[in-house]
Amino acid sequence: MAVLVIASVVLMTLDHRQHHLESFRSALSVLIYPIQWLVDLPSNTTDWFQESLASRRSLQEENDRLKTEQLLLKAELQKYQSLQTENQRLRKLLDSSFKVGERVLIAELLSVDLDPYRHEILLNKGSRDGVYVGQPIVDASGVMGQITQVTPLTATAMLITDPSHAIPVQVDRNGLRSVAQGIGSIEWLSLPHIPNSADIHEGDLLVTSGLGGRFPPGYPVARVERLQRDPGEAFAKIFARPLAALDRSREVLLIWTGDSGQQTQPAAPPAAEPAP
Amino acid sequence: MSALTERHSGSLILGTLLLALVLSIVPLPDTLRYARPDWALLVLLYWNLHLPDRVGVGAAWLVGLLQDALVGSLLGQHALAYTLCAYIAVKLHQRLRLYPLWQQAISISVLLALAQLLFLWINGILGRPVNITLYWLPTLLGMLIWPLLAFVLRFLQRST
Repeated sequence: MAVLVIASVVLMTLDHRQHHLESFRSALSVLIYPIQWLVDLPSNTTDWFQESLASRRSLQEENDRLKTEQLLLKAELQKYQSLQTENQRLRKLLDSSFKVGERVLIAELLSVDLDPYRHEILLNKGSRDGVYVGQPIVDASGVMGQITQVTPLTATAMLITDPSHAIPVQVDRNGLRSVAQGIGSIEWLSLPHIPNSADIHEGDLLVTSGLGGRFPPGYPVARVERLQRDPGEAFAKIFARPLAALDRSREVLLIWTGDSGQQTQPAAPPAAEPAP
Repeated sequence: MSALTERHSGSLILGTLLLALVLSIVPLPDTLRYARPDWALLVLLYWNLHLPDRVGVGAAWLVGLLQDALVGSLLGQHALAYTLCAYIAVKLHQRLRLYPLWQQAISISVLLALAQLLFLWINGILGRPVNITLYWLPTLLGMLIWPLLAFVLRFLQRST
């Protein structure tokens, strides 16, 4: 009994202070993977049934819709490519380096619940696919968070709304830089330490600034929705709503930010598939 | 107890504990997430009371460790709480087993509260905020569920 209690305390200290326990945690995670797989199974099978039992008509409709969407996206992409070359040319003129085109990989969420007091999700890709700690994840509409734990088969990601998460952002309109912090509510981010006189309005788009080197610059994060300027306070109270569907997404994109040199993480191994 | 029934009860113990672990990560709607009772601890305590020679402090530690890995908490947090609760339950099993179910439920709720209190302390040390108004809901629900759980498990135990 006393031995076990001491063992638990030692484990907790080791886990909290240093990260010596990664291999131990990996071994445990392989052990519990069947349980997670079992819990994920019902929602997985419902998805499968929905797909295989869908009527021909609805499939055709979906196909049509996707074709139109793809056409639109392709048209936009053409524009984007010419803009990209123009941008690179202009940046070359300015003598600053710029890298576009990151490697991505699609991961699926395992539908299991983690600690309700933390905003974390479990993904079905792990170190076998080259996922690393600190890797940013996004969905179709914005940044979702970053990877905090990697095991061979799964990875845990912390969402940007977790109370212990902060992401460097800038206002897309004028480049005003700030940090967006999670406050523990899945719907809100807070922007502390912005002076009352700063040029920021409701409806402003916040994008990642790339400072800190963890998130690549230019991804949309949130939109400012609530703004209180109290002359008696030193800073304005600003709240923004995350753009990503944090509690609804089933699939997320893992991004390899490339070797920009400012990163402490090891470069991703070449095993993962490249961006389409 | 013959070897056959022993093996039977062994698979029953393992099965119920696994089911409890599954229940502790099954996705729930957001409003119910904070109310999830500590299934693993409840089932563990039942076996601690009824088969203390087979499910003791060591088993509790292992289940706690698995629970830690499952919910992504600090490694050892659940292990510590489960070990302490199991220790008390095994020490008092002869007395607790004689109580009527409602009285047992109250004693069990004290143990559940002890575990919750430990988690609160650990989270406090780590500086992780918790929603304090809903924090004791799992304990309360666990207490209400205990008579039912004990009834079902006893039925399963008798029928094997």
